[in-house]
Amino acid sequence: MAAKKVDSLYKKRSDGRKMDEIRPIAAKVGVVPSADGSAMFETGGTRAIAVVRGPRVLHPQNKRNPQKGILRVSYGMMPFSVWDRIRPGPSRRSEEISKVSEWALDAVVDLDAFPNTVVDVFIQIPQADAGTRVAGLNAAAMALAHAGIPMKEMVSAMAVGKADKTIIVDVDKDEEDFHDGEGATDIPMAITSRTKKITLLQLDGKISTEELKTAIEMGKKACGDVLEVQMKALKEANTEDKE
Amino acid sequence: MEKEKRQLVIPGETIVSGNSFLPGESTYRDGEDVVAAKFGISEVTDKQVRVIPVSGAYFPRRGNTVIGTVIDVTFNGWLIDFGGSANAFLSLNEVHRYVNRNELNDFLDIGDSAVVKVWDVKAKGIDVSMKMRGFGKIEGGMLFKVNPNKVPRVIGREGSMVKLIRGATGVNMTVGQNGVVWIKADNIEKELSAKKIVEFVVANATMSGLTEKTESYIKELGLEIGEKAEIIEEDTDKDEAKEDKK
Repeated sequence: MAAKKVDSLYKKRSDGRKMDEIRPIAAKVGVVPSADGSAMFETGGTRAIAVVRGPRVLHPQNKRNPQKGILRVSYGMMPFSVWDRIRPGPSRRSEEISKVSEWALDAVVDLDAFPNTVVDVFIQIPQADAGTRVAGLNAAAMALAHAGIPMKEMVSAMAVGKADKTIIVDVDKDEEDFHDGEGATDIPMAITSRTKKITLLQLDGKISTEELKTAIEMGKKACGDVLEVQMKALKEANTEDKE
Repeated sequence: MEKEKRQLVIPGETIVSGNSFLPGESTYRDGEDVVAAKFGISEVTDKQVRVIPVSGAYFPRRGNTVIGTVIDVTFNGWLIDFGGSANAFLSLNEVHRYVNRNELNDFLDIGDSAVVKVWDVKAKGIDVSMKMRGFGKIEGGMLFKVNPNKVPRVIGREGSMVKLIRGATGVNMTVGQNGVVWIKADNIEKELSAKKIVEFVVANATMSGLTEKTESYIKELGLEIGEKAEIIEEDTDKDEAKEDKK
């Protein structure tokens, strides 16, 4: 799975990483003490915070599900998260990411015990350098666990991609904007921790079937690394109640 | 209950393997393995495996004492908001004294607070009662909220911490499992110092030797550690302490 594709125009990564190497990760749980659950997740220059509130009674009433509780995810980038100001408020892009994140997390949370309620997950990006939706998902999964929401397993996410003909893991902004040759392809993906099922897979760009398979395999491996960091952060967060 | 193994687990993590184990609360079976379905401390007793949550929102359980606020008066009871996932229903029949059916809001009106016991937790909602001693409408004093996960520490073993605070400040104090604390005394100074002590306990909940630390903090405040015997209303604490041990 080493770097290959002899005549690719993308030979070396700007930060000196190997092609299948992820950026340095940091994670912390309990960053917003007043919330039911919260977490921070950071890969390189991308940082996401997630806050969970609930389960709580859902308004408006017509959105309620009498069978089970619903999950509601809201994603947003802060105005100062990139060099140009981001206009605050919902946008086409943020609505899309909220929805796919919701689907990715909905596969693991189990809200059967809380009918007519909602669990709100708020993802905010204070600092962005590509891969914000996967960073947000990682933070959200930790925050949900921290909030004591019943979950079958965890979710870990990572973006893989392709710059010209080279498959790379954890795409940063420079690589996302790579225009030479075949250009750049971005594939954010999320894997569950136990059953290793894919709960998010998006593709922006061009890629062959064979290359996609390789990319997904590399992504799965990277998600394993992410999971370790998530577990460590959660276990460190709770030194209390040791008796 | 003998505890064999206690460890912090995250959702999806295998706690034990083997068909002889029964998946209990917040766990599920996946093939041979018993897997955690919540973030918390796993407890493996003889055959049963369960996970006790260590953080997050408050989930009511039968027998809990909670303090809530009336948000609606219906034709046969009251709806009480205690900060949980659903509102609690207090039926007219579960009140310790006679209340005229047509004048429910003479007893409890919207905005009033009450100490109630969780009687039943169903998918439809939560039923509460105030028939036992120590429960009822809150009149006077002050209410404030602490992290519900720290409540066992505020109560202490067998209610020891509550007794300590009562003894030192001479207040009447009830701690709801939902994190709401009610303090009442004959003057506000006592209430404020009791609140300070509770906040100290919450802030230092993870430390070992918490009782000694609290005692020295009480002395710092210029108070004395009073007699623990002068408390009459003990019923509620005992229930809470029991719940906390479970």
